[in-house]
Parts: sequence; structure tokens; C-alpha cells
Amino acid sequence: MIKVGLFIPCYIDQFYPQVGIATLELLQKIGLNIVYPLKQTCCGQPLANSGAEREAIPICKNFVRNFSEFDYIVSPSGSCVYYIREHYNILDQTDQVKKVRQNTYELCEFIVDVLGMEDLKIEYPHKVGIHQSCHGLRGLKLGMPSELVAKQFSKVHQLLKKAKGIEIISLGRKDECCGFGGTFSVIEPEVSVKMGKERIRDHQINGAEIITATDMSCLMHLEGIIRRQNWDTKVVHIAEILNCNRL
Amino acid sequence: MIGHSEKAAQFLKDENRADWHDQTLWMVRQKRDRAAWSVPEWEDLREEASQIKNHALSNLDNYLLQFEEKVIGNGATIHWASDAQEFNDLILRIIQKNGAKKIVKSKSMLTEECGLNPFLEKNGLEVVDTDLGERIIQFRNEPPSHIVLPAIHLKKEEIGELFEEKLKTAKGNSDPQYLTAAARSHLREKFLAADVAITGVNFAIADTGTVVVCTNEGNADMGVHAAKIQIHCMGIEKIIPGTNELAVFTRMLARSATGQPITTYTSHYREPKAGGQMHVVIVDNGRSKLLGNETYRNSLKCIRCGACMNTCPVYRRSGGHSYNYVIPGPIGSILGPDSDINKFKDLPFVSTLCGSCTNVCPVKINIHDLLYDWRQEISEKKLLPLSKRYLMKITGIVLAHNTVYNLSGKVARWAIRNLSGELIYHRINVWGRERELPEVPRESFKQWYRKNTLERRSVNEQG
Ligand code: SF4
Repeated sequence: MIKVGLFIPCYIDQFYPQVGIATLELLQKIGLNIVYPLKQTCCGQPLANSGAEREAIPICKNFVRNFSEFDYIVSPSGSCVYYIREHYNILDQTDQVKKVRQNTYELCEFIVDVLGMEDLKIEYPHKVGIHQSCHGLRGLKLGMPSELVAKQFSKVHQLLKKAKGIEIISLGRKDECCGFGGTFSVIEPEVSVKMGKERIRDHQINGAEIITATDMSCLMHLEGIIRRQNWDTKVVHIAEILNCNRL
Repeated sequence: MIGHSEKAAQFLKDENRADWHDQTLWMVRQKRDRAAWSVPEWEDLREEASQIKNHALSNLDNYLLQFEEKVIGNGATIHWASDAQEFNDLILRIIQKNGAKKIVKSKSMLTEECGLNPFLEKNGLEVVDTDLGERIIQFRNEPPSHIVLPAIHLKKEEIGELFEEKLKTAKGNSDPQYLTAAARSHLREKFLAADVAITGVNFAIADTGTVVVCTNEGNADMGVHAAKIQIHCMGIEKIIPGTNELAVFTRMLARSATGQPITTYTSHYREPKAGGQMHVVIVDNGRSKLLGNETYRNSLKCIRCGACMNTCPVYRRSGGHSYNYVIPGPIGSILGPDSDINKFKDLPFVSTLCGSCTNVCPVKINIHDLLYDWRQEISEKKLLPLSKRYLMKITGIVLAHNTVYNLSGKVARWAIRNLSGELIYHRINVWGRERELPEVPRESFKQWYRKNTLERRSVNEQG
């Protein structure tokens, strides 16, 4: 039986354990042999995006140590997966590093591309807006970004559109950035918040009750604004929606 | 110098204006999308444009010499300038040698970069920018805020007021057509009186010695045809091999820039008019150094279409002037630090790295990757503030060690839960100025997993 390692990014581990739990439960319901290595911490991206790629190397190495034994590594974060795949080129390319880079998948991508599943028998009677997080969309190609002249698709939409009761709303700007951007959110707080507000607005005027995304980091930023403004829009990570099912 | 984030905050204070700026440029992005979709082979064209540029840059030495030979053969004069100072002096010499006094200039980011206008004015000459947007900001004594739409930060009412003062237009009339007509008759006089016309260059064709200038207002032509002396200024990277290659770029430039199929005027200048002079000035000003830099040389492929600015969610919400560099937006944030790393070290951080710029770029510059690379270089050169460097070091240690990480996570969650709002939402907590921190759970996922999966399993196993 294939062995799947679960990577729960640091901020999900600390602030949003329910997202980790939903991911684990979902993959278990699908019937996978899934293990969460206890010595994991982070993928290294927070430092590297701030310019400290060097300081991130021990973190990356710790990641590889924890995960190289698995056939697949799955994580509910497009951004971290993108970082591992694209930027672990700063490590010596040992067999283990190569294996980890090749086999790390974002959750939706893993379900659609590796498991070949599309109908997860989800029930989710809500009006949902899908915020396509940039690193997942443009980095991992979970969908076709609006800038490119090519057939449009989205793996997240593919998984959600079969859900019973769901209404996926369309957005004015279908894949604009939310303004989180890791370190950007505190280096440029005003622009970051302005972008976030408009992202939420776009969902609200188009009738979304819930904003979902493949990345909790985007949602943490949007939720921070929503709560400060006392708006009633909710944010829910995609794993939590995918886990609302009768599998 | 006030950095980008402060200037952006200032820009956002006037929320209506900021919204209008964002929406106007978003409209341009949408026009670009429609124009690109009208060409089914758009993505192939981008690849081809990228390869032509790669090829031309890799063979720049040969193409430049070939171009020079053709230009001379066509009866025009060629000049080389290694930096801004040399460039400015050279232009001044041409002007003075001919006893000229009045100069009209069509759009050229290169002359902006070299500070030609102030230099010529200091030497007692009149330089009139003839592109409408450029003329507006020249009246206001401001730099352009966008490379294609230089006055995009201004509303028509402000332009109305400006023209009232400068061109004596009717009070309170800000009808664009009326204002444009006023500017036109004002510029017509300038065109007719000019001794010298200066233009930028969009493309320089090596095998014909032609320079190609793309405008929407025809102002380059008006200048060149009316004045006795024409001077075309180009960076070394403007060279392309031949007219076949030009066809690829003329299909892409205007579509990327404004969503038009092609600019209204695509002017080819090859030889001096009877009794006139044609000068072509080729400028390096740091470009050959950039060409030798394997990481950033890709940025030399830029054809200055402005698409990366229009699509950039940060540019749209902070305005071109907050970048401080002559070329704003994503590509400017790469070129700025290349020209002066100390002065522009904040620019590569002015991005969420969303990658939209890379996707619209007609010559496929991997803009967001280059911004990421700059961040590493700026950090390695220890140009980040000390506080930030220490923070990174500590974060590095915490995240690399599982036990330290577990403990600090616990402490942080405890602190956010238990400390008073005043302490948590202190001024230094930049996150919390306009955002709540996450509601903190009692246990981390890891703690939950230990309790619910591992302990239960061991109970089961023992049972
Ligand atoms: S970097 Fe690309 S998109 Fe930006 S101005 Fe240059 S050519 Fe246009």
C-alpha cells in the first residue's frame, strides 16, 4: 500500500488545527495509509520570501529528513507545496531531495491528478466564492490563470462543482491576488489590506456567504479584515469543504 | 527618501482616487485580455518574441555593428554614449553645433532615465514634450507615473484646471475633447517653430538601419517632419534582426499596452530628409553590465509595453510615483535596484509575488522570479535593517528545530490568548492595525494528533 505523508504547514498547525484535521480525516476516509511525521515544522518559505533563503536551508533539510520515506506528501497549502517543488533547488539535489520535490502535492491536485477522483460526494448547501490563491493557481497550475490565452480550467472548481447544494458564485475579477503575500502583508500593510478588502467586496457583492481557498494564509488575512470590519462573510479552507461528505 | 510603503499609504488615503486608479488600469488590463484572445496563437507569439529578444541580446555585438553600418550607409549619423552624462552632452553638442534653440520631443523613457530635459533646460534651451500625457506632467513638473500612460494618476478635472492656467482654456471645462483640441493647437505652434525633434525608439532594425517609433498621437511624425534635425535615442537593447521580427512585435506591443490591435502610427525612419540631418544615438547606461548578469539579463528583453503595471494589483493601488524609480511597477522593481541597489532596495519587496506580471509579459520575462532573486541578493548583501535580519535568524532557528518550534508555538498561542488587547494590538504590530489576529486554538494540530491518533492507537494496541 502506498504511504502518504501529511505535511501541515506551521501556521495551520498553530492557528488552524481544524484544517489539518479535515485534511487527515478526508484522506483517511478515502482509504489511504496516511502518516503525520511528528518532527516536522515548516517548509522554509516564510524566510525565503523575505530574502533569507540561506537561513531557510536547515528548515528545508528538516523537511526532507521527515518526508523522504513517503511515496507521496500531501499538504493543504498550495503555497508551501509550490515552494518545496520550485525552490528546493537551493539544496544539494540528493535522491531524497529529488524524491520529495517530485512527490509533494497540494490536496486538490493530489485528489484530481494522482487519485483521479472528482466526485467526493460532498454535501455543502452554501453560496461559495473560490479565491484562487496565486501560488496554487499560477505556480502549481491548479487552474488556468486569466492572463493566459489557453483553455480555462480549475481543479478546485472541478472538485466543488459536483457538491450537493453548493452554489459557486462568479467573481468580477476571477483571480486577483488577495494581498497577503507573506512578508508583504507587514511590509506594505496599507496596500495589503486594501487589496484584501476589495477581494472580500468582490465576493460579497456577488453573493458569497463563504470564501474558500487552497491556502489558509490568504484566508487568515481575509478573515482578519472581515473580523475587524464586523462583516458576516465566513472563510473556510477547501479541505474543510471537501471533508463534508458521505465517503 | 520616502520609501514605497509610506508613499503607497499616502496614495491610499484618498480612497476614491485610489479606487478610480485601480479600476481605470484594470479596464486597460481587460482590454489587453480581449486583444490577446483575438489572436489564437497569442502564447506562441509570446514565445517567439521572447526567443527573438534572447537571440538579439546574445548577438548584440554583431547586430549593433550591422545596424551602425546600415545607418551610415543610409546617410544618417550614428553616436554612441556610454552613460547618461555622455548622452546628455552629446545631444547638447548636436543642438549647439546647429545653433538650434527650440526642441520638441516625443515619448522616450530613455531621455527620462538620463534626465535630458532638465539638462537641456539648464543650458538655456526650450524642450517641449509633445505626447499629450507627457506635456501634462511637464506642465506640472512631475515625472511620469506610468511608462505608457504617463499622466494616469490625474483626473480630467485636474487637467482642466492645469490647462486653464497654462493654456488659458475656459474655466471649469474639463471635457476631454475640448482639452485635447486646446493642447493640439498649442503643440502645433511648437512643432512649427522647432529646430530639432527628438524621439525615442521602440525597435531598431539591424539589417535595414531603420528606427521604428510607435505612437498613438502621430506626434513623433509631426516633430520629425517639421524640424530640420531629427535625433532618435535608443538603448542598446532595442535592436532586432530584421523586419520579419518586427512584425511579431508590432502585433504584440499595442495589444499588450492598451488593447489596440496596433498603435495608430508605426513610423519607420531610415534617412534624413533633403537638407536635413538624422542622428541616431545609442546608449548603454548600465545595460551592458546588466547583459553580463546571468540572473537579471532577462529584464533587458522588456519592450516597455506597461502590461505588467496594468495587471499589478500593488501598482494599481499605490500609483507609479510611490516607486521613486523612473520606471515603476514590477519591471521597474527589477531595473531600479540594478541601477542603484541602495537607493531602490525596498522595491523587490513591493510585490506579493502573485505572478500575474510574468503571465502578461509579451516577451516572457519571469518578472516575479527576478523579484524573488533580488530579495535574496539584498538580504545577502546585508542591506535589510538589522532588526529584520535578527528576526530572520531567530525564525530560522525556531523553524529548523522541532522542539523549539513546538515550545514557541505554545508560548505564542498562550500570549495571544491571554495578553490584553492593548499589548497585542500595539503600534508595532503592523498586522493588527487593520486586521485581527487569528483566534487562537488551545491545542495545535500536532497536539491534537498525538492525543487523538497516537494515544488512541496505543490504547487500542494495548487493549
Ligand atoms: S516587463 Fe514585460 S510586461 Fe512589463 S513593460 Fe516590459 S515587456 Fe511589458
